Amino acid sequence: MVSLSLEKVGANYGRRVVLADVDTGVLRGGGLTAVIGPNAAGKSTLFKRIAGLTSGPGTVHLSDMAKGPQGICYMPQDTGANAVLTVYESVLLSAKQGSSWKVKDAELAEIDRVLAELRIADLAFRGLGELSGGQRQLVSIAQALVRKPEVLLMDEPTSALDLFRQIEVLGFMKRLSAEAGMAVLIALHDLNHALRYCTDTIVISGGSVVASGATSDVITADMLRAVYRVEARVEACSMGRPVVIVDGSL
Amino acid sequence: MVAVVETIAGPEGRGRYRTLVLRRLILIFCLGAALLASIAVDMALGPANYPLSDVLTALFRADTVSDQLRVVIWDIRMPIALMAVTVGASLSVAGAQMQTILANPLASPFTLGISAAASFGAALGLVAGIAVFPVAVQYMVPINAFLMAMVAALFIHFASTMRGVTVETIVLLGIALVFTFNAALSLLEYLASEQALAAVVFWTMGSLTKATWPKVWITGAVLLFALPLFARHAWALTALRLGDDKAASFGINVRRLRLEAMLTVSLLAAIPVSFVGTIGFVGLVGPHIARMLVGEDQRFFLPASVLCGALLLSVTSVVSKMLIPGAVLPIGVITALVGVPFFFVLIFTNRRRAW
Repeated sequence: MVSLSLEKVGANYGRRVVLADVDTGVLRGGGLTAVIGPNAAGKSTLFKRIAGLTSGPGTVHLSDMAKGPQGICYMPQDTGANAVLTVYESVLLSAKQGSSWKVKDAELAEIDRVLAELRIADLAFRGLGELSGGQRQLVSIAQALVRKPEVLLMDEPTSALDLFRQIEVLGFMKRLSAEAGMAVLIALHDLNHALRYCTDTIVISGGSVVASGATSDVITADMLRAVYRVEARVEACSMGRPVVIVDGSL
Repeated sequence: MVAVVETIAGPEGRGRYRTLVLRRLILIFCLGAALLASIAVDMALGPANYPLSDVLTALFRADTVSDQLRVVIWDIRMPIALMAVTVGASLSVAGAQMQTILANPLASPFTLGISAAASFGAALGLVAGIAVFPVAVQYMVPINAFLMAMVAALFIHFASTMRGVTVETIVLLGIALVFTFNAALSLLEYLASEQALAAVVFWTMGSLTKATWPKVWITGAVLLFALPLFARHAWALTALRLGDDKAASFGINVRRLRLEAMLTVSLLAAIPVSFVGTIGFVGLVGPHIARMLVGEDQRFFLPASVLCGALLLSVTSVVSKMLIPGAVLPIGVITALVGVPFFFVLIFTNRRRAW
């Protein structure tokens, strides 16, 4: 199974230090890991640093499985709305990078499968510019999944989705990571989603990791007070699941 | 026909995709056929009114026609007709790739100041006899034009990679370059002798009448050099349209791809301008027409841009000979007069989003 760990990882934009000395334990495939923290904490930069899209000090340790050309896939927040491409073409584009012009039936069948799994087959021949933000986010997920990565870094993949779609996508990703042994790191703002779907959680604030470990151990009233500056409780709901209840800001 | 094909292909994504590809290939084939027809008409037109049958005979059985007819068709009309094709194709592809790598629908060699820089470089040679790169003085004008175009293209490229520079900033920089080089060109024109001034004016109006076989070969060779480079990066260039982060997430070295493409684009934009002068419209509109017809998958967009640009300039060449019988009007002027109404019709009748 794929594994990933970070040792003293950092990143700078010019002279500004955006990320410093990020250490994590070994993150193994087969489950979701939430990356949470306030806005501009360094979550996207961390993902780009892991994916090798930005340079910096420290080491990203990967098991051999994740070192291939499609080992790590970063799914950014933004996806082009101006491109004159259909959804189907944009997903094909992701699958075909670095390969020949010829498109095989098997490659098209794989796109059909991914679009059907995400329940967006009906959008396949719509232009990207005609889609809503949430629909584009689902297309972006399809572009990532069609590459069949070992490690998937999803930057706020549910931020534009309605509640039903959020639950559907996170549930699907949880099943997929378990079945495929894929390591999935998801930047999230909804802490209840993190509690419900993610095995582990990394908390980033001011460019450093302030807490990491099992989600139920990390998301606590003390952490919420220190990192988010809110007064909140983490209590079991009527179904026995832990939920965050925010009482107010500090 | 489309509805019938869709029914045969079935509702599945892959069937519909194959139909889409087929439709695009048919469109590209039609553009190619229209281009061949336009070249034939272009070669049949001229002050000497030869019947079409004589022109075709001169083309395919040159040894059976008179020397006069052979010279008119092979040494006068054919270089002009093929120059229209190679120049139109080069400028259109240059515009297409500039729009792609700068993510800007207004990008073209003309609007970003590359043509103006090339004109200024050429005028430096024509008026002041200054060689920017003092080697091979007999090719001073095209070399000057190319080097100045390269300077402008690289300036735009490096500006576009700076942090905080937006799409709008690039357009503003391009407009600033156009004004700067035009002002410098006006200064040279003011100081120029009558003979040099006429040569510079020829440039700024754009004309195919001085086309020769060597110029056709050079322009064609640059096009043949550039197209495989772009074709090799077809998937990556298409991915750039999804944004830099997305393209990088696909494993593309965005910075290197941009630099490579920009260097090739400057070559493609500078060479035609150095031979036929400033032809502004094709580089902007050729790619937009191609995009409306086949979308932005570079496997179709690239050949469609080649054919749209070539067809646009070839048809313009025909029109420039027909408007005033016996006279050949400057093609740079006619390009806009023919192309703009056609472009308006496409924009207002196309229901799909085109950028």
